Amino acid sequence: MKVIVDRDLCQGHGVCESEAPAVFAVNKKGILEILDETPAHDLRAQVEAAVSFCPTHALRIEDEED
Amino acid sequence: MSVDVARREPPRVSGGEAEHGHLDELRHDPIGLMARVRAECGDVGQFRLADRDVVLLTGAEANELFFRAPEEVLDQAEAYPFMTPIFGPGVVFDAPPERRREMLHNQALRDKFMRGHAATIADEVGAMVGAWQEAGSIDLLDWFAELTIYTSSACLIGGKFRRELDRRFATLYHDLEQGTDAIAYVDPYAPVESFRRRDAARVGLVDLVQQIMDRRAGGPAPTDEDRDLLDVLMSIRDEDGTPRFSTDMVTGMFISMMFAGHHTTSGTAAWTLIELLRHPDELAAVRAELDELYAHGEEVSYQALRSMPRLEAAIKEALRLHPPLILVLRVVKEDMEVEGYHVAAGKLVGASPAVSNRIPEDFPDADAFVPERYLEPRAEDRANPWTWIPFGAGRHRCVGAPFAMMQLKAIFSVLLRHWDFELAQPSDTYRNDHSKMVVQLAQPCVANYRRRGAVSA
Repeated sequence: MKVIVDRDLCQGHGVCESEAPAVFAVNKKGILEILDETPAHDLRAQVEAAVSFCPTHALRIEDEED
Repeated sequence: MSVDVARREPPRVSGGEAEHGHLDELRHDPIGLMARVRAECGDVGQFRLADRDVVLLTGAEANELFFRAPEEVLDQAEAYPFMTPIFGPGVVFDAPPERRREMLHNQALRDKFMRGHAATIADEVGAMVGAWQEAGSIDLLDWFAELTIYTSSACLIGGKFRRELDRRFATLYHDLEQGTDAIAYVDPYAPVESFRRRDAARVGLVDLVQQIMDRRAGGPAPTDEDRDLLDVLMSIRDEDGTPRFSTDMVTGMFISMMFAGHHTTSGTAAWTLIELLRHPDELAAVRAELDELYAHGEEVSYQALRSMPRLEAAIKEALRLHPPLILVLRVVKEDMEVEGYHVAAGKLVGASPAVSNRIPEDFPDADAFVPERYLEPRAEDRANPWTWIPFGAGRHRCVGAPFAMMQLKAIFSVLLRHWDFELAQPSDTYRNDHSKMVVQLAQPCVANYRRRGAVSA
């Protein structure tokens, strides 16, 4: 899976960082950094929670064909 | 090749022949005006506001363009002339998105402060209901407006400042909010009663803050534990030793910090209660949810951050039907094109939560209170990110939305678990007053309360 962030929507609330700290980090300027753009499968539940609870709906998961 | 099409002006709505165009209609029936724009013109239509055209956008496609547009194209700062006399000179209305993000990260709205805020809010509600009898009545506008003055000052400025406030601050603040007549688009200092009261209220607030500052200046130095934002602002001095911020500027900053979260949260709390009382089945479902969550005496500070699907759905539905902001505006800085229409620089462009939130294609049975629409799998707020817009959307979306939702959950955690309520007036007499740009409940708006269980005990 691939994590996609819509930069027009992200406001840096940091909820994703709480849900999936191995994948998301919000820096001091409030800008989201994706630490792992293609997280391993065992992180899927965490990433789905981050997508689901993002207050601005700025995140989505894209599944590659394989 | 398509120059003519690109230059096509958006259609104009009927009416507006008077001197200031549709200004009078906007001051009396703004939702009627905006709904007519959509009915007559579709997603893109114009009305006339004093000496400017307002291009009103509704529907997902046009709204997405509006909410995604960068500052260089659609600017917020100049769109609200009625706010300048309220905040005062030198206090900016809105920061650019980059600055907002920094502010969010550095200030009291950060996720990690939410639990402490929830405890503060529960305490403030507890203090206000502590003054209640076994049964009585409250005016919903006055009561929630006073409560949210205390909660927002305590959470955003500090507990010490909050304890120095009383009802006078809330009353003056209400006069400020009422000083938002759209006639400001002709003249923000027009000789009307609401503007006179607005200016007197601001003077009164500066005076109250001055008294607080005088007491602090003459008292002991703040300790690290009780130091609040006012102490910090008072401590900042220029190189020659004079205070950097005048009392007027400090008051303006506090007014602006509290403004976005005050009438909005207050009104939403009142409307959520009114709608729940109009729909007893929904109230029962919300209460059952709360009773279960708090069955083992858990703290509000913990529970208010957890998921409460039924209460959240009721709040979201109150927000959809009665959005605190019915029209959000920008100034067009660069010519743009919307759904084939040319929108020239210099015009105002608006999006209307009141109209878009009730588009029947997106929200079946759009005028009805149906909290189920937010439960899975319908999830109509998530399914319609550009038309479910009580908090706006995109880069300018309300950064206080998570705080507001937590605050409302904390308020109802206290109220609904310990008190019964009933409407004291015929249901259809509860309505909003749309004569000002800041929408508030029309008075009277009275509800009766009774301590829960007191009847059967």
